[in-house]
Amino acid sequence: MTNGWTDVANADVVLVMGGNPAENHPVGFRFVMEAKRLRKAKIVCIDPRFTRTAAVSDLYVPIRSGTDIAFLGGLIHYAVSNNKYQRKYVELNTNASFLIAEGFGFSEGHFSGWKDGKYDKATWQYELDGQGYAKVDPTLEHPRCVFQLMKTHYSRYTPEVVANICGCTAEEFVKAAEMITIAAAADKSGTVLYALGWTHHSFAVQLIHAAAMVQLLMGNIGMPGGGVNAQRGHANIQGSTDMGAWNTLPGYLKIPRANHENLADYLKANTPKALRPNSLNYLGNTPKFMTSLLKAYYGPHATKANDFGYDWLPKVEEGADHSWGTFFDQMHAGKMDGLISFGMNPVANGPNTPKMIRALSKLKWLIVAENFETETAAFWRAKELADKEYPQSLKADDIQTEVFLLPAACFAEKDGAFVNSSRWLQWKEAAVDPPGDARRDQDIISDLFHAVQDLYAKEGGARPEPLMNMQWNYAMPKRPLLGEVAREVNGVDLETGKQLNGFGELKADGSTACGNWVYSGSWTEAGNQMSRRGQGDPTGLGLYPQWAWSWPANRRILYNRASTDSAGKPWDETRAPLRWNGKRWTGDTPDYKADAPPETMAPFIMLPEGVARLFAPDLVEGPFPEHYEPAESPVDNSLHPTVNANPLLRTYNSDMDHFGTAKDFPFVAITYRLTEHFHYWTKHTSSSSELQSNFFVEIPEELAKEKGIANKTLVRVSSARGKIEGPALVTKRLRTLKVSGKKIYQIGLPIHWGFVGKVHGPLINNLTPSAYDPNCGTPEYKGFLVNVEKIG
Amino acid sequence: MIVAKLIDTTLCIGCKACEVACQEWNDQEYTMGTFDGSYQTKPELEANFWNLIKFNEFEKDGATSWLMSKYQCMHCADAGCLAACPAPGAIVPLANGTIDFVHENCIGCGYCITGCPFDVPRLNATTKKAYKCTLCSDRTAVGLEPACIKTCPTNCLNFGERDELLHLAETRAGELKADGFADAGVYNPQGVGGTNVLYVLKHASEPEKYGLPKDPVIPWTVSLWKGPMKWMGTLMFWGTVFGAFFHFVIYGPQDPEKHGHPEDPSDKS
Amino acid sequence: MPKESSRREFLKRSAKGAAVGGATAVTVPTAVAENSPATLKTANTTKTNSICPYCAVGCSVVVHTIGDKSRNVKPAIVHIEGDPDSPINRGTLCSKGASLEEFVQSDRRLTTVQHRAAGSREWKRMSWAEAVPKMARFIKDSRDKGFEAEDPQGRTVNRLKNIAMIGGCTDTNEINYLLSKFRFGLGMVAYENQSRL
Repeated sequence: MTNGWTDVANADVVLVMGGNPAENHPVGFRFVMEAKRLRKAKIVCIDPRFTRTAAVSDLYVPIRSGTDIAFLGGLIHYAVSNNKYQRKYVELNTNASFLIAEGFGFSEGHFSGWKDGKYDKATWQYELDGQGYAKVDPTLEHPRCVFQLMKTHYSRYTPEVVANICGCTAEEFVKAAEMITIAAAADKSGTVLYALGWTHHSFAVQLIHAAAMVQLLMGNIGMPGGGVNAQRGHANIQGSTDMGAWNTLPGYLKIPRANHENLADYLKANTPKALRPNSLNYLGNTPKFMTSLLKAYYGPHATKANDFGYDWLPKVEEGADHSWGTFFDQMHAGKMDGLISFGMNPVANGPNTPKMIRALSKLKWLIVAENFETETAAFWRAKELADKEYPQSLKADDIQTEVFLLPAACFAEKDGAFVNSSRWLQWKEAAVDPPGDARRDQDIISDLFHAVQDLYAKEGGARPEPLMNMQWNYAMPKRPLLGEVAREVNGVDLETGKQLNGFGELKADGSTACGNWVYSGSWTEAGNQMSRRGQGDPTGLGLYPQWAWSWPANRRILYNRASTDSAGKPWDETRAPLRWNGKRWTGDTPDYKADAPPETMAPFIMLPEGVARLFAPDLVEGPFPEHYEPAESPVDNSLHPTVNANPLLRTYNSDMDHFGTAKDFPFVAITYRLTEHFHYWTKHTSSSSELQSNFFVEIPEELAKEKGIANKTLVRVSSARGKIEGPALVTKRLRTLKVSGKKIYQIGLPIHWGFVGKVHGPLINNLTPSAYDPNCGTPEYKGFLVNVEKIG
Repeated sequence: MIVAKLIDTTLCIGCKACEVACQEWNDQEYTMGTFDGSYQTKPELEANFWNLIKFNEFEKDGATSWLMSKYQCMHCADAGCLAACPAPGAIVPLANGTIDFVHENCIGCGYCITGCPFDVPRLNATTKKAYKCTLCSDRTAVGLEPACIKTCPTNCLNFGERDELLHLAETRAGELKADGFADAGVYNPQGVGGTNVLYVLKHASEPEKYGLPKDPVIPWTVSLWKGPMKWMGTLMFWGTVFGAFFHFVIYGPQDPEKHGHPEDPSDKS
Repeated sequence: MPKESSRREFLKRSAKGAAVGGATAVTVPTAVAENSPATLKTANTTKTNSICPYCAVGCSVVVHTIGDKSRNVKPAIVHIEGDPDSPINRGTLCSKGASLEEFVQSDRRLTTVQHRAAGSREWKRMSWAEAVPKMARFIKDSRDKGFEAEDPQGRTVNRLKNIAMIGGCTDTNEINYLLSKFRFGLGMVAYENQSRL
């Protein structure tokens, strides 16, 4: 979230789209209800299904799954063509005025530069002046400025076109647009709440970019009650993202590539340069962050002479990808030996379950640390426990994978910090010991680390240095205290031995060590900032700066400098997170140099442009979001029928990757969570299982009538990947949609069940395709095709 | 002080937190259900499930509505269960308005079920006793809110002094009317003398849409039963008074030294 | 039937018994009970602050355990409830959060290491002392086999592609940081968490 849960109460309009917070984040939703009750805020819910969020909204508009970019593109068109955007804000805070290279354009489904299945991005670049700064036209009139290009690009997205793609009516779209653009007034704020309804598409990143564009046009970024707010789905999914994935190191530093042969190469490639003379370009400090991380990893082994141990980090091939879909595909191809899973359940939560099960059966070994026996740990039992659903699975006798299922402690048995969606790092204490032989994860990982290190010490082997030089020098190396780890993450001055106060104190000369620069400030000499319980709220905006600690720098609203005009005057005096008192910025931690007068620098200090990007040339399939159909779609793309899906859609070609067409699978399927359960965990607990013991299939009333399906009738749902069975829940809440003159039915498939637990049911991912977003590698769990047959 | 719950159905998101909080606090046994074609946890209340969110979906003027509201014992001012109960001390009205069941005195006759116009109490087949919401009398006694109220994320559920909550309910209904919901109102049925569970409804003239009875009254069979009981009860009452009077005349005033301090809780068994 | 402990049932009965006195005559308005004196199941518990492990709203919870954490006392969870001090949840919880006691104490919790041998049809219990060296051996052998110190162009790459590691979103920052050290110690590139999904 750019803002935070408590801040949602400051909104005048709440756009809930691509998420269902009433069901999946009920406690976060209390701030929506507070805005509604106390501010008379309007709640607009755009969703394929009429959900529990829709039930309490002021306006609900149904859309076909996967058409959100069309809807948001329509909003951009509506705002610009009806002058319902905050012009001054757009001029000050976005790259609307930047000039783009000659030759940029879009036609027949492709942006300029499309050749041989790839984009040459030469025409997507800013036009630079002699000093390397982007040229701008502050009047926004230049035909090649971003504003004009954006206007042209979205001129196709009229209400009628939007309605024809999304399946709602043009009137419904306009009603929603009117409500959402209330926030275009300088003194009004609108928030956007989204979740996996947006990220589970093969154009997910573009979708969120589209939302950011809408919010920039409304002047909502940096404002209390504004922002683009991802409602994250796991207690510490934010923290685990902050700590890195295949392509990132802690603190979003990029993974080195093979052509970054030394630290200087790496830093040159990954340290952005300011694109405007007034841009602070804070990420110009990347060398300090990277060097300090290397010092935290390799300690005294990291010296200036050896590039601080940079060599020991793995270097990924240029252009290579090792994301989820790719390495499971490699596993399925028999190219991997082992998998270690800490609290993840790929058989349940990866797409294309049959492929997942088959991939695991090709491993030599599998280590799973868990609270419960999961489908992943028990994958070799799929034939025995659920042959009907996974007929492709091998018999246990034929699976040679050796499996270790390790009993792990749960949250109440460990201390440490979780980062919530608001970026608040909240510390918890351990209340009880793990049951039986169960162990804390830090103990499990430390034991494994030392056992492998000992083997290398004894036997030698492949390049031991990266492992032998990695620091694990805690007071009790095999039983590290998490407080000690947290202090290392915060960072320390190696000369004085003092905890750092923040990333502003990091150095590139090896005199500071810091495990994650964005967390610097979380455990200072003043102690653990994450366990703070202060109730104060000086701004009255619900920022609670003394409760826990928020990254970065305890800033509660990102980009908050944009909440004032260029002279530092708040757009809305009643909602001012920042004020310039003549000497300093007061209120929230400023997203700006704290003592720099208002007009000294551009407001978005974390971006090289100094302003936010309406035009984003770093995305792979285009600098502007464009509506593409999902990988499997019931209709042709009416904007450009020859380019139907994302031109850079990522798929895999194993013998278990199948795609279907509307001829065999005429209905659009959506997978989702219910409020009663949490992911695939609560089927192991009695109380949540009692609330909803059974899997069911939600079917629109009209389709049910056509097929003679009554409530509770047993139905079979099949896709090109597999099939599942369950009772029907026939509902008015799934409206029949009209798309390009065609009747479209959508089928609702709640997740949560599986073949182990207190209650059982099919794994929904038996049906989902291995189709991925090309920017981020997220699978398309929503908007794929199925058929429904009555069997009961 | 009479306490009450206020359920503002316009703020209910059907999250079922109240269902679980009730189950957890009261250490209920969990039972897995069979699918009954609805989002509702159970078709109706059960002996070990005292708090149920009812889900009702309907269409009006082309618009879909999905109403959710909490259902439990209404703690009526004029409680049908109490009127119907033949077992001494099995159903107790507490001073704060809570209607509490005392299971050791329950004889399992099920008359309370007949007497309840809201169809709330349930007989447990094993223990042969009747069960329902206690308003968490153990929590309220020490100044805590009932478990369901405390957990409610959206301010749909409120707990406090009845008069204040009634006022709040009327204010909310007024706000809704001003927002264009002409039929908004408060559910506080007078057929049972008013209830200590109050509702704010958008469709107040159609409480059935929320699964609430329109004009609940104590069944006439119970009223009839209540007639002789009233007479007998009155007789018993005066019997007690006369008994005490003669006791005083004959034996004189109670000696606190001899009989223990009257405020000593050990004396109250 | 409700699995109310005999202790609790007893306390309730004794508290209410007093109230019943004259309540037989149901229409006598004075014959009502006062609120019962309290003995809560949380009355003598130790309270520990924690955070709900489910979604990322980040609700604070209070874990009530019996026992004072002294040497011979094994604390056990009696109840988990929302923490009223949190500006996020102010004591409230959703249905999942309200059921955390059930999660921690689920009878499906794993309490021993389970091992499944190649081709086996069953789990067998194993000790940590046996499991840790076995796992370490697998990891080392796979690393020795798959480690690429240099790529075909002779550039130092120090990477490992045949072992993948996943997870972390259910666990703390500190454990994620330790996982990152373990991963980079081995040179692993296939490393993902739930944020990808």
